[in-house]
Amino acid sequence: MNVPLWLTYAFLYLPILVVVIMSFNASKNLFIWKGFSLQWYPAVFADDAVMVGLRNTLIVATSVTVLATILGTLMAVGIHRYTRGGLVRAFAIAPALLPDLLLAIGLLSLFSLLSVTLGLHTVIIAHTTFAMAFVTAIVLARLANLDPSLEEASRDLGAGAVRTFMRVTLPQLAPGMVAGALLSFTLSLDEFVIAFFTTAPTTPTLPIAIYSMVRFGVTPEINALATMLLFVSIFAVIGAQRLTKVTDAL
Amino acid sequence: MTSTTPTSPGAVPRRTRRGWAALPFLTPGTLMLVLFVLVPLLLILGYSFFKRGRFGGVVFTFSFDNFVRLADPLYLNVIATSVGIAAVVTVLALLIGYPTALAIVRLPAKWRTIALVAVLLPFWTNFLIRTYAWILLLNNAGWINQGLEAIGLIDHPIKMLYTQQAVVVGLLYMYLPLMILPLYSSLASQDAQLTEAATNLGSGPWRVFRTVTLPLSIPGALTGCVFVFVPAMSNFVIPELLGGGKTVLVGNLVRDQFLKARDWPFGAALALVLTILLVALLVAQQRASRRLTEGPRAPRAQRNRAQKVVSRA
Amino acid sequence: MTTETASAPLAAPLLDIRGVRHSYGDVVALNDVNLSIADNEFFALLGPSGCGKTTLLRSIAGFETPSEGDILLDGTDLIAQPAHRRPVNMMFQSYALFPHMSVEKNVAYGLEAEGVDRAEIRRRVGETLEVVGLLEFAKRRPAKLSGGQRQRVALARAIIKRPRLLLLDEPLSALDRKVRAEMQQELKRMQHEVGMTFVVVTHDQEEAMSMADRVAVLNRGAVEQLDTPVGLYSRPSSRFVANFIGSANLFDGVAVDGAVEIPGLGFFPVDHALAVRSDATLVVRPEDVRMTPVGDAGTGPGIVGTVVDTFFLGGSSTVSVAVPGIARPVSCTVHAATGARRGERVALSFDLPRAVVVANPTPEPAATPASSPSPVLV
Repeated sequence: MNVPLWLTYAFLYLPILVVVIMSFNASKNLFIWKGFSLQWYPAVFADDAVMVGLRNTLIVATSVTVLATILGTLMAVGIHRYTRGGLVRAFAIAPALLPDLLLAIGLLSLFSLLSVTLGLHTVIIAHTTFAMAFVTAIVLARLANLDPSLEEASRDLGAGAVRTFMRVTLPQLAPGMVAGALLSFTLSLDEFVIAFFTTAPTTPTLPIAIYSMVRFGVTPEINALATMLLFVSIFAVIGAQRLTKVTDAL
Repeated sequence: MTSTTPTSPGAVPRRTRRGWAALPFLTPGTLMLVLFVLVPLLLILGYSFFKRGRFGGVVFTFSFDNFVRLADPLYLNVIATSVGIAAVVTVLALLIGYPTALAIVRLPAKWRTIALVAVLLPFWTNFLIRTYAWILLLNNAGWINQGLEAIGLIDHPIKMLYTQQAVVVGLLYMYLPLMILPLYSSLASQDAQLTEAATNLGSGPWRVFRTVTLPLSIPGALTGCVFVFVPAMSNFVIPELLGGGKTVLVGNLVRDQFLKARDWPFGAALALVLTILLVALLVAQQRASRRLTEGPRAPRAQRNRAQKVVSRA
Repeated sequence: MTTETASAPLAAPLLDIRGVRHSYGDVVALNDVNLSIADNEFFALLGPSGCGKTTLLRSIAGFETPSEGDILLDGTDLIAQPAHRRPVNMMFQSYALFPHMSVEKNVAYGLEAEGVDRAEIRRRVGETLEVVGLLEFAKRRPAKLSGGQRQRVALARAIIKRPRLLLLDEPLSALDRKVRAEMQQELKRMQHEVGMTFVVVTHDQEEAMSMADRVAVLNRGAVEQLDTPVGLYSRPSSRFVANFIGSANLFDGVAVDGAVEIPGLGFFPVDHALAVRSDATLVVRPEDVRMTPVGDAGTGPGIVGTVVDTFFLGGSSTVSVAVPGIARPVSCTVHAATGARRGERVALSFDLPRAVVVANPTPEPAATPASSPSPVLV
């Protein structure tokens, strides 16, 4: 019974394994192993294009994380408390389900129509809207499982609305918010299509820089970069997993 | 005007605090959504009915030209190929994903989470890099060819890269986790007592799977199919990197219109067609799921009568 | 019927359980269970949660395999047969109706698994649905039925295969009071009509006592007593059974020849088979406690106490009396409403021929009898 499982894992991890192994290759050759070397790791940091891309991506991802978490949480609380029926909820989660290409060209059209110059700020706006949907979904799921009588008890004991929110609701939402934040960060870090359409050629994000590298000239430091990104993602995913037990909610 | 009624954990509070309290929560998010999701989508809808300006802008004269142009066999072919490839990817994802999800569900509880996270992890690595890895694998000098030659199965490399098959493999690799997750969720939420009841009534393991587990998992499978089909149709990076520009899909066309040919209205029309296809698919999937779980719906009059009988019983 | 006859091994039992043991890891669920069930019997497995009754039921159905022991159905080894081949059907506590099938498809499921032909299936499904009174709901889906209706579908689905044994897992726990009383009668009627052996698992002793011909009381993985309901009530063989079935006044003391000595109360002559000077408990049911206001002369050693509280239950009342030297208040059942008031002094006497003495396996350290009434409620 477990044979299909192992085969699937083999399929899923084979490419990643190749990349990680080759990141330690002593030669420039992508297809022949010539010995162990760590040379490509520092090379990554010496590559200008990569560093610029990385800097931009970090700026974008951090801004998006902060904005999306705040807006997404507010949205989730608003939906949970003040709306009935699924319309607003569906609207809020829609960006997560629509094809990214569609959102990308739409945003490009909008920015162009309003004569907004493209740059990191437009990417931040685009990513925030997109990531917000995920945060809303996660926090909403968490809200659905909270005991409403806790809030009622707080009010009954004399705490006002704001105090109740800050001392009772928010701490309970915290794990969901952190998971949403981690998710937003990872999504923004990795997002290519929307960024591709909404940024200026002078301000590429890391995925865009990688795209250029892959298209025009593959250098081995890509493997090192990929491996490092892989471990960042692993930590982010495990962190998010520990905090919300996302898989339990599935 | 807060009226509180006793609620159980998990229930939505029955208070409806209307008015000013809702504003600070809902406004910022809604504003962003309207401005940066709704308006752009409407723009695209609009643009598809307009024409391209001489130097690449948009001329706001209403016309159906773009849709007429779409009817050209060249473009219809592209759309058909995209649908075809997305369908193949979806079917493959189902064939691989279903046994995988089933195997995970049957693992002891403590291994299940690890198994799921293990499926998710590749999904969370940079997608360009995952695609690039397949270039390493599929290249004539790449790892798969090397491996096959090494064990003597072939004597010269098989051309795998820059073919339609490579695009299929790349897309499958990309979106397989999106099939496994909803399938797993559906299978995991099935009441274990149902399989016990089926066994108790005389069904061997295969019959139990065929008559109980499988039918109940269909809504989850349909969700997975939609989750795979939708992005598979609109992806342009994989066809480009793994298909070598020979395989042109809808996504590539749209991207070219917007960034190379600068014919935004036509690109918008293409995107619109894509969206309509996908919405139709989603609606069909919802309908099918509901029909399977709730059974064929009786005409309204009969349904109302039925409700009254039940409440009296 | 006395205890001995009821629990004696049956001549030709339908189901024979011998020396069954089962553990989940370190936890022992079944510890040497022995019992036999006759054909056409309405049998109950009764006990608190964790006593092993559900494990036993699942072992009979085939979802658990005992580590030791035999389960024989009509003399043939049941354990050797895989679950789906046993002529045993089960009605699950949560009903486990297939949500994607209509009522009639649910009921037909077991017959289809056997390969019975279509016309025959249709006929039998129709018959069975009529027996449970659900013929007009044949095409409905379970989601559109009420709780009571769903249960009847679950029952129909189980009996249509005419199994030798029908297992019912807590059949009435999900129903509310009124429906429960109705269903109890329904189940008894159906068992007679269909002529099948029913084995009910329940933690509710009222349920077991009212429906079953014989009841096995389980505690910590073993059978404490197997008897008719009347036998269990009037002749409990252990302190656990006395406490579990109905309400009882338990007085801990020491067994002497032909009597039992309760510290602070005196000697009570009751027949028993316990060793002299062993720890024993005197069991007196509340309805066997007679209460008279102080002043009248009572028969036998009169125990004087103070009324603590009264509970009016409609047809009868329970009076709680605090007696000096006895830790818990004594319960006394009187007919209809009682004139007793809190604080009133009364004399209690026991109908000793109806009392029982059982062994006390876990005696509490002896407390010095208090000389003044210890207030139970402030």
